[in-house]
Parts: sequence; C-alpha cells; structure tokens
Amino acid sequence: MSLINHDNAAGEWLETVAAWTLGLLWLLPLLFAVWTAFHPSAYIATFDLFAPLTLENFVTAWKAAPFARYLLNTVVLVTGILIVQFILCTLAAFAFARFDFAGRDILFALVLVQLMVSPDILILENYITIRSLGLVDTLPAIALPYLASAFGIFLLRQTFKSIPKDFEEAARIEGCSTLGVLWRVYIPLGKPIYLAYGLVLVSFHWNNYLWPLIITNSVSTRPLTVGLAIFASPDQGIDWSVICAATLMTSGPLLIAFLLFQRQFVQSFMRAGVR
Amino acid sequence: MPALPLRMMTGSRNSLHAWLLVLPACVLLAAFTHIPIVTTFIHSFYSTPRPRRPSRFVGLDNYEAMLSDPIFWKALWNNAIYALTSVPISIALAMLMALFVNGKLRGKGFVRLAYFTPTVLPMIAVANIWLFFYNPQYGLIDQLLKPFGIVGVNWLGTQSTALWCLIVVAVWKEAGFFMIFYLAALQNISPDLREAAAIEGASRWTFFWRVVFPLLMPTTLFVMVNAVINAFRLVDHIFVMTGGGPDNSTSVLLFHIYTVGFRFFDQAYAATLTMVLLAILALIAIGQFVLTDKRVHYE
Repeated sequence: MSLINHDNAAGEWLETVAAWTLGLLWLLPLLFAVWTAFHPSAYIATFDLFAPLTLENFVTAWKAAPFARYLLNTVVLVTGILIVQFILCTLAAFAFARFDFAGRDILFALVLVQLMVSPDILILENYITIRSLGLVDTLPAIALPYLASAFGIFLLRQTFKSIPKDFEEAARIEGCSTLGVLWRVYIPLGKPIYLAYGLVLVSFHWNNYLWPLIITNSVSTRPLTVGLAIFASPDQGIDWSVICAATLMTSGPLLIAFLLFQRQFVQSFMRAGVR
Repeated sequence: MPALPLRMMTGSRNSLHAWLLVLPACVLLAAFTHIPIVTTFIHSFYSTPRPRRPSRFVGLDNYEAMLSDPIFWKALWNNAIYALTSVPISIALAMLMALFVNGKLRGKGFVRLAYFTPTVLPMIAVANIWLFFYNPQYGLIDQLLKPFGIVGVNWLGTQSTALWCLIVVAVWKEAGFFMIFYLAALQNISPDLREAAAIEGASRWTFFWRVVFPLLMPTTLFVMVNAVINAFRLVDHIFVMTGGGPDNSTSVLLFHIYTVGFRFFDQAYAATLTMVLLAILALIAIGQFVLTDKRVHYE
C-alpha cells in the first residue's frame, strides 16, 4: 500500500524531500562522531574537507583501556545467555503450547509478569540475591536474572501453537518421544522465529548497561558498555576524538552485523514484535 | 482429532513431563522476578540493616519519609515529563517514518537504514555521541547556533535545558525502533482500501485519518505500552550525560533508586521507591488490559 497519490507530482516530490531530510538529520549525530573519530584532534569541529584522515584515535583508544578483554567478556556473556535462554524458553514454551497440565494457565500468567517487570527494575533485591550466592563480580551473575525470558517463552509458545498437530502425530506414529518431537518437528519449523528472537536478544544484551554496572567491578568481568562508560567519563580527561573512536569501536561489531544483515534484522524485529 | 496423542498429552505422566519442562525457566523467573517483588514489598516496611542496628519493622515510616523527600517528587515529576513528551513524539515520528518508507520513495533502503540505525547502538554509545553533540565548545549544536549569536551554552549543565536534551536523545534512539512495528502493520493493510478511497475521491489526508490511522490503533497501543515501560526502565544515558544533575533536574525514578540503593546504601528506602515504580508498571498493565478490550471494536 502506498500513500503516494500518483496524480500529485508536487506532493510526491515534497514527501521525498521530507523523508530524506529526516533521514539525514537522523544520521547526523552518528556522522559527526565518525568524522571526529577519523581525524586528528586538532581538527575537532573544524569541518575541513581536506583534513587528513587517521586511524590514530582508534589505536590510542585500544591501547588506553582493556577493550579486548571487555569485548571477550561481552561475547562470552551474550553467547551464554543466548544458549541457555534458547534451551530454557524452548522447553517451557513447548509445555505451555502442547501440554494440558494442572495450573498451566496460572503459571503462564505468572510468566507474563516479567514482560512488565523486567529484572532491570529489581536491581536492589537481585543484587542481594547474587551477593548471598557469593557471585558478585562474575559473568554468571550478569547473566542469571536474564536466563529465563517471558518474551522468549511467549514468542516460542505462539510459534509452536501455530504448527499443525498433524506434523506431531506423524512423528509420534514413527516412534518419536516427546523430546524427539520437539527436536525433529517444532524446532526446525520455528527456525525463522529463532533467528528473529536471537537477533533481538543479542542486541539487547550487547547493549545492556545498568545491571552489569552494578554487579561487576573488575576488568575481567566488565562488558563493553560498562568499560566504555568508565573510559569516557569526563574525569579521565580523554580527547573527544579518542572517545568517539572508542564509542564506534564498541558498537562496531553490532553495527557492521546490522549493515550486512540489514534486511533480516529489520524483518526479525518485525516478526518478534508483531506476534 | 485422533484420540491417541491427545490422551498422551493429558495423562498424569505427561503432567509430570510438562512440569519438568517448565521447571527450570519458572524457578529462574521466580528467583529473579516474583520473589524480588515480594521481598521489595516486605523490605519497604523495615529499616535498613546497619552494622550495629539490625533491621526492624518500622511500619509506614519509609513511605512517610518518601513523601517528604523533595528529590523523590522531583524524580517522579521529571519521569512524568520525560514519558509524556518522549513517548508521543517518538510515536508520531515513528508513524511518519513508516509512511515515508512504505511509499514509493527514491532510495527507500537508505532512508530506512538511517531511521533504524540508532536502535542498534548501545544507549551508552548513543549517550557519548550526544554528549559530544551538546558540547558547549566543540558540539555541532553550538556550531550551528554560532551565526545567531548563541555561543557556549552548556545545554546539559543548565537546569532548564538538561532534561529536554535527554528527551531528544530518547526520541532519536526509539523512533526508528517503533517505525518497524508500524511498517509491519502498514503492510497488512489491504491495497483495496486505498483504491476504494481513491474511487470515492478521498484525499490522501482524509484517507490517512479515516482509514489508515484507525487501522494502526492496535499497533499504536502496543508501541505505546512498550514506550512507556522504556521511559521508566531505560536510564543508561542519564549516567553518562548528566549523572542526574544539575541539582537532580534529570533524575528519574529508577536513577533515584540506584542512587539511594548503591550510593547511599539505604536498602529500605530504595525498596520503598521500587514499590512506587512497581505500582506505576501495574497501572500501565491495567491500562493496557482495559484498552485492549476496547480495541476489539476496530477489528
């Protein structure tokens, strides 16, 4: 469906100009940061087209803080959450979608509470829990509150419910066990949803800040977001060009992945949200 | 429906299987969502345990202290302004963006990319970029206003402008995300409707307000609920850009909870503040439930 009236050429032209203006305006802050990161700090805020390009800011930033370690922490953390959440949410969603057991509806309603009250809000009580487990300043501590996700269970339950029961019956007649049916029928048919869910999950946890800030206090556990915030805090007195470089560096992997898989990314956010 | 598999799914053995399947997820959810909600409630009626003074029941003392805490009211007010401005603006922009990108725009892919990119960036990175943008010495905003004689305004360091700076950042970050949901909804609107409207001689403006906008209502409700939750949940940029200042003019509820709980180590008072946040979220949930019931009329 298009809102563009083909008889109205002027209107169409105006709409194009407006859309592009908004688009460029939206890119402006990012372009400004890119420009600053790739030029020597002497050229800050002087927009000389012939200013020399440099990678020096990136080198300085990389050397000035343990970004390699932060990156490793983030990758390990996000991978761990992804794997555990996939397993736990798949199992729970399967039970909610295809089993009839006492207390199912009440239990599902309780699960949905987490859609409203995310662990981000219960920082204080969760900190007390983690402290009593003796896990403060460890990677599992960052992951624990997020390992079970109402969003994931809800999304996968919808997906499993939409798969015709005939597929399952055919598999059962061939002698599949309960878990066999899940593995052979439901998970393969849910693949596009897993991709969508995975992309949403990775971008959420790559970017998460408040909880990791609270629960970590050393280089060996800090994820990129917390590392970047510490690096860029004003009392460190670091050059703007270097901060811009560090900022781009930490969001770089996600940004590049997004540029490469732009279509899948947008579609998966659409899928994950609409259902 | 054949009886065999159905019976297998409801037997008592399968009830056990089902419970085993949901158990790991439910234990974790209970441990980090449900039990904390209950303990927050309990802690809000006790005093904060100190080395020489163990925690004791104080009734509503924490709530009374809260009502006379000017920073609490300030944070609540700021949060209300933040939600009531950033949510409608980002929803309106998201709708506009979706309409643009859904049409026969030249360079549609690029424009959509431009709108969506801020969504992928971590809020911390976004905050750094905008911190630089607002910089009174080098910032682009300063550069652009120089010809008008406005120089060296400390946008983030001034009480009257700091919160608005954060609202702009929130809109920038979220509008492109919400656009995606509108795009999905627009693609589900039948082209027949457009043709019918064209035959009736309806202008584009009429068509949008009479047909498209009502059809987008369920999406708007969904996006609105998520946007409001985010307005209370997402405080990352405040840490980087203002630290709640100047003079608490950018402190919001969750930021105040963090400050009280992790800088002043006042566990009981932080729990009391968390109860307010939980109450607000419960109100949003009830609101969504009521509105969703009404929404059926549209479908």
